Amino acid sequence: MSQSQAQKKQEQDAYKKLAQKHQPKPPLLKNVIMAFLVGGAISAVGQAFINYFAARGMPPDKAGAPAAIVMVFLGALLTGLGVYDSIAKVGGAGAAVPITGYANSIVATAMEFKREGWIMGMSARMFQIAGPVIVYAVVSGVVVGLIRWFLAGVQ
Amino acid sequence: MQAVQTAAKKVGKQSIAFQNPPKIVSTFSIVGPKEGQGPLGKDFDTVLDDSYYGEKTWEKTEAKMVGEAVNNVIQRANLKPENIDYVLAGDLLDQIISTNFGIRDTDIPFFGLYGACSTMAEALTMGAILVDGGYASRVIATASSHFDSAERQYRYPVELGVQRKPTSQWTVTGSGAALLAAEGQGPRIVGATVGKIVDMGVKDPNNMGTAMAPAAADTIAAHLQDFGKSPRDYDLIVSGDLGEIGLSITKELLQKQKIEISDRFYDTGLMIFDRAQGVQAGASGAGCSAVVFSSHLVKELQAGKYKRILLVGTGALLSPVTYQQGESIPSIAHAVSVEM
Repeated sequence: MSQSQAQKKQEQDAYKKLAQKHQPKPPLLKNVIMAFLVGGAISAVGQAFINYFAARGMPPDKAGAPAAIVMVFLGALLTGLGVYDSIAKVGGAGAAVPITGYANSIVATAMEFKREGWIMGMSARMFQIAGPVIVYAVVSGVVVGLIRWFLAGVQ
Repeated sequence: MQAVQTAAKKVGKQSIAFQNPPKIVSTFSIVGPKEGQGPLGKDFDTVLDDSYYGEKTWEKTEAKMVGEAVNNVIQRANLKPENIDYVLAGDLLDQIISTNFGIRDTDIPFFGLYGACSTMAEALTMGAILVDGGYASRVIATASSHFDSAERQYRYPVELGVQRKPTSQWTVTGSGAALLAAEGQGPRIVGATVGKIVDMGVKDPNNMGTAMAPAAADTIAAHLQDFGKSPRDYDLIVSGDLGEIGLSITKELLQKQKIEISDRFYDTGLMIFDRAQGVQAGASGAGCSAVVFSSHLVKELQAGKYKRILLVGTGALLSPVTYQQGESIPSIAHAVSVEM
């Protein structure tokens, strides 16, 4: 590092320290509580659908899939109605983590880029936010599968 | 070695003293509904009912606002487009499209500018140079931004559920225009200080106030130094737009240089919205200082509430590409001194 670079670094570090005092504290406790309540409420609705499908005669371990489909539909619908972003403003990760948040990330992006056309706009861009989730879900699936294969072999 | 000559109208290191100060003979502002509900709502000339204004996309809406601001500022002065020598204008979008498309039907010679949120101060400075220099009799300075078009370019889709950080700023939907003329009545642009790019290594695009504060402090200090003035020579020093965090950092940076401006230092990003409107650290966007200057501030000057103000436009010169590549945020501030 040259002398002038070192001096610049020193100035920037001093500024960082000065600026730090002026930064607002994020309302961490409030955010955590709201995320818990909103995430919990969404999960409770999901559980209600699982119970419903089970009560209608589906085996309990199979009732999760149609419940997830319903929740994705609801997330997409609320996004289209312009409601989901308001829920997320309050709920934060509590609204982003459940499968409804995943639906929101795809539908919000699709709505936004529809203006640039159905092909280069909407369909090309709709996985802009959700894409990384899919990529790393597949990658971690492969990695976990390999570990299991080395440890336990094929069963 | 030959002595380096200094131009006659240049003052100090980086400032200009206008010898024939151009007058601001008319202004016009057009804003979105949220801005209309804010504390300055009454001062704006047009408040839109929704964020689309009858257009299919937000980019088209923003271009339409730019065109209306330009046409109306001309009509207000009882002039015609052919009486205007140049338009100097810019916005936040890539290739300054809102401006280019908004201006394309006006048939007026045009300079496109980019200074992010400092664009209005840059346009006023360049316009004043053209008029004072005798290259133009009448020019229009204008800048715009639109919340939704900026969100989709710089951040996320509007309907995506994200929690905004307390340090983030809310982009103003609006376009403000000022008509500068060699002859006429109105507040005069008497001086300007052209900013340098200052980068103190801040990387968070959701914290532009912190990134821009050193540039603002640098330009304000240079302005006072170049003109040999004290902050008390101004009734109001108004940045546009540092937000709450940037404003308090700038005060401290200046206090360290023994410059005390706290009692007369304010920010257009804190004037346009009420905190209850959910805008976190304040407002931002090229349109913010443009509409507040072209409405509220010029009206207050005309009403005699302020005699001399210093408008300090501050811009964060980042793009989504640069912050994704881990670059810090270069910032700039231009100061324009306006007197009634």
